[in-house]
Amino acid sequence: MREQSGFVVELEKFSGPLDLLLHLIREDEVDITDLPIAKIADQFLSVINDLGLNQAADYLEMAARLLRIKAQMLLPRHLGDDEWEDPRAELVRRLLEYQQIRELVDWLGHAAALRAERFGRGYEAPPPDAPPAPLQIDLNDLLAAAERVIALIPEPMLHRVVPRPLDVEGATARIQALLAERETFGWSEAVGPQATLVDVLSTFIALLELAKRSSLTLSQPEPFGPMVIQRAIPREAA
Amino acid sequence: MQSLAKLLEAALFAASRPLTLEELASLDPTAGDPAVRAALAALHAQYGDDHGVELVEIAEGWQFLTRREYAETIERAQFALRPRRLSPAALETLAIIAYRQPVGRLEVDEIRGVDSGAVMDKLVERGLIEVVTRGEGLGRPLLYGTTPPFLEILGLKDLEDLPRLEELSVALRRPTPVDEAE
Repeated sequence: MREQSGFVVELEKFSGPLDLLLHLIREDEVDITDLPIAKIADQFLSVINDLGLNQAADYLEMAARLLRIKAQMLLPRHLGDDEWEDPRAELVRRLLEYQQIRELVDWLGHAAALRAERFGRGYEAPPPDAPPAPLQIDLNDLLAAAERVIALIPEPMLHRVVPRPLDVEGATARIQALLAERETFGWSEAVGPQATLVDVLSTFIALLELAKRSSLTLSQPEPFGPMVIQRAIPREAA
Repeated sequence: MQSLAKLLEAALFAASRPLTLEELASLDPTAGDPAVRAALAALHAQYGDDHGVELVEIAEGWQFLTRREYAETIERAQFALRPRRLSPAALETLAIIAYRQPVGRLEVDEIRGVDSGAVMDKLVERGLIEVVTRGEGLGRPLLYGTTPPFLEILGLKDLEDLPRLEELSVALRRPTPVDEAE
C-alpha cells in the first residue's frame, strides 16, 4: 500500500509531530506548499502506529488534524468557487514556520559550539549528575514489597474486636513474681511467650504502674534496643 | 600602556563574566565613555595575536576569553570543560523566544507543536530565559524573553547578532495580528 522502502523512524529522534512531518516531507521530496495530504497522513499514522506510541497526545492530535484535512480535501467543490479555502493552509503555514525555527536551531547550535571553544575565567567544574530519584519502581514492585511486609505481620489483629479487658492485675502479679526471683530481666521475659496484643498492652501498663510505685526502674541502654527492667533498690524507710 | 587601559585590563581580568561599557566606565567617573571605548580598542588591539587570550565583545560587554585553538588541549587536561550541549528541544524553544520575545508559553507550544513547559522551566533554571512581563490576554499569561547569559553561551554581542529572518532560506514574515487572532 505504501511505498516506504526501508523506512525506519525512531520517534525519540523527533522533537514533536511537526518535526516528524517535516522529515516525511523531505523523504518524499514533495512540495510543502502543495502537500499531498492523503499520502503524508497515511505515512504519519503508520509511523506512530508502528512505534506503538499511542500515548503521545501531541502526535495523536496531529494525526487527527491530518485526517480532518484529508476528509475536507475529499469534499466536492464547485469550479471557480472563490470562497473555497484550502484546508491545508493553516498546516502549511505552521510547517513553514517550524522549518524556519529548525534552521535557526542549526544556527544557534553552531554558534554555541563555537562559543564553547573559548574559556572565560572563573571556570567551575560542573556539578556531578544528581543521584537517581530514590524510588524508581513500578506498581508491581511496589505491590510485591507491600505484600512481603504484610506477610510479616503475624495476624490481622486490626480487624478483630477484642472483647477481653486488659489483664493488668495478672501482668502485675507476673512481673512481681519475676522481680522476687531476679534483679533484672528483659521485656520479652516480662511479656511472656506467644504474647497477644492484650498481653503486650497489659504488661506495658503494669510496668509503668510498678515504675511509678518505685518497685522497679525501666531503662533502655541504646536507642531501639531491648528494654531492661530492674528491681528498684529499696529505699531507706523514711 | 595608558593607565585607563591598565585599569580596564585589571577589572576584566578580575571579573568572571562580561563587563558592560557602563560597568567599565564606572571604574573611573572622570574618564567618560569615549575614553573608555578608546582604551578598550587599544586593549583589544594589544591582545590581537600575541596572546593566548583575547578581548572579546560579548553579551553587551567585554570579556577575556581563551583563543579557540587551545580549546582541545585545555579540555583534554581537564582544566576546563566545554559546557554540555543544549538539546534540540531547548534550542527550538530558545529560537522561538529569541525572535518572538516577549512571548508566552502557549505560543511556544503552538509553534513547536508540543508541550514546552518542562523545557522552559529548565531554561529559566539555567538563567537563559526569564519572565519579562505579563500578557494582556486571559489570565494575564507570563511572557518570557532571553537574558544576557543567553547571549553569553552563544557568543553574541547582542540580539542584533542573530540572523535576520530574511537571511534564512525559509523566509517567513512575522504573523500579522490578524493571523494570531485565529
